[in-house]
Amino acid sequence: MRVYAVVAAGGFRRYATYRIETVAGVFTNTVFGFILAYTYTALWDERPRLGGYDMPQALTFVWLGQALLMTCVMMGGGFEDELIERIRTGDIAVDLYRPVDLQMWWLAGDLGRAGFHLLGRGIVPMVLGGLAFDLALPSEAGTWLAFLVAVTLGVVVSFAIRYLVALSAFWLMDGAGAAQIAFLAGLFFSGMLLPLTLFPGLLGEVARMLPWSALLQVPADVFLGKYTGWGLVRVYVFQASWAAVLLLVGRMVQSVATRRVVVQGG
Amino acid sequence: MAEVVEGAVTRAPEELFVPKPRLVEGVRAYGLIVGMWLRSTMAYRASFLMTAFGNFTATAFDFVTIVLMFGHVDALGGYTLPEIALLYGAAGTAFGLADLLMGSMDRLGRRVRDGTLDTLLVRPVPVLAQVAADRFALRRLGRITQGLLVLGYGLVAADIDWTVAKAAVLPLMVLSGSVIFGAVFVAGGAFQFIAQDASQVQNSFTYGGNTLLQYPPTIFAKDLVRGVTFVVPLAFVNWLPALYVLDRDYPLGLPRWVAFLPPVVAAVCAAGAGLAWRAGLRAYRSTGS
Repeated sequence: MRVYAVVAAGGFRRYATYRIETVAGVFTNTVFGFILAYTYTALWDERPRLGGYDMPQALTFVWLGQALLMTCVMMGGGFEDELIERIRTGDIAVDLYRPVDLQMWWLAGDLGRAGFHLLGRGIVPMVLGGLAFDLALPSEAGTWLAFLVAVTLGVVVSFAIRYLVALSAFWLMDGAGAAQIAFLAGLFFSGMLLPLTLFPGLLGEVARMLPWSALLQVPADVFLGKYTGWGLVRVYVFQASWAAVLLLVGRMVQSVATRRVVVQGG
Repeated sequence: MAEVVEGAVTRAPEELFVPKPRLVEGVRAYGLIVGMWLRSTMAYRASFLMTAFGNFTATAFDFVTIVLMFGHVDALGGYTLPEIALLYGAAGTAFGLADLLMGSMDRLGRRVRDGTLDTLLVRPVPVLAQVAADRFALRRLGRITQGLLVLGYGLVAADIDWTVAKAAVLPLMVLSGSVIFGAVFVAGGAFQFIAQDASQVQNSFTYGGNTLLQYPPTIFAKDLVRGVTFVVPLAFVNWLPALYVLDRDYPLGLPRWVAFLPPVVAAVCAAGAGLAWRAGLRAYRSTGS
């Protein structure tokens, strides 16, 4: 267990090294937050309480999206690019020799990364958004804590999806196609472009069932206090189930894939 | 006919290195590098088609979002869906063109960091042409196609009282718009000479500007509209000319004739970006690695 804690700390430190990039990223998140917040204002001006949110809640949704964009990796990019590269070059063979679990190793690193991104890329845009707009921030500490749990589960689901994307490289050699599909699905079905409660009819129902809703829609609704008591347990179970299923599928695919590995000398 | 071909074949190799005006030389070098990347792209045709389709779909999602919004409302900021489609399509096409021609500029920071920029400096070819043509991505045609389709829908579906002047504004809008965005790409590249890890800041102005322009100016705060009119003049990409075509009120009480200014604004932006680029290149210090 200790080794994974060290890996997680390493993941955190690794991203904390790029300070200018973090500042530039915060700037970008803030710019997009402003643009989206204005479009949402126009939308909610026309239709107050659209999708079950009032105006401050809708604006909070926007800024949460910007704050969690990197944490829950809605747009892809992160460890999977590196893992794909290791599979392509064959370095993966070395990883498989190590006395650690491959999936847990990458998960630990990704959790560390997510921790940094939540602090480094999440807090400042949220504060700036809160200064410029009227946001619905939770008043109870319990809600903040519940939110953190939902975010953590969201990160694990996000990791599990991206792990599968990376493993596809064992067959495709080039992970670009699979990564692009995952990026598109993540952007659209997480609620990043529009809360999933605004999606019409069947599309909305399906979108809310898919694993990507665990990345933003669920944490945002927890933040906005939509779930308490058993309702909260229910959404945690939803997130955890997707995490478990996807991690398990990842393990199965991994064991099939590693049987395919042919180590070349030289 | 035969003479022309023969002329091409018998051209002495030294002739390739005859000094020419810098602009001509730059454009020619850009063309050669782009040609190289095109050949490499076309070696994997299926892959190209898939990534172009992916590029198309990725950009189409913004418009799908707007359509989903219009499932709940009839107007956004006082504008109908076809009117917003016109704004969206004009910005998307102009940005798509700039992205196709200059979109690789955001890789400059990485080149500064890993030292590969030095390789470009020793070649007898303008650095700007090399950086802009680097990894030329034809798949970005997907974005242009998507922009043109939405623009076409907007032009057909919006209630426009056509005049000759309005018809003339359209091509001027798209071409000047892409030059303005291109200037932002170059200026962003120049900025990365100084702040190497800051390609994201450039994305805020390019991708962020594009997103901003997809919506009507009526929904944004006055100061923001002032900023993108007078500071980074993105309003000239589509807002001002498109509002002329739509007979809509201009933001900030600007006079009607500003709809014809985009070419002038584009020229000023291009010149400014050129100066910024030179300053950036002069300030460059190799990492030495």
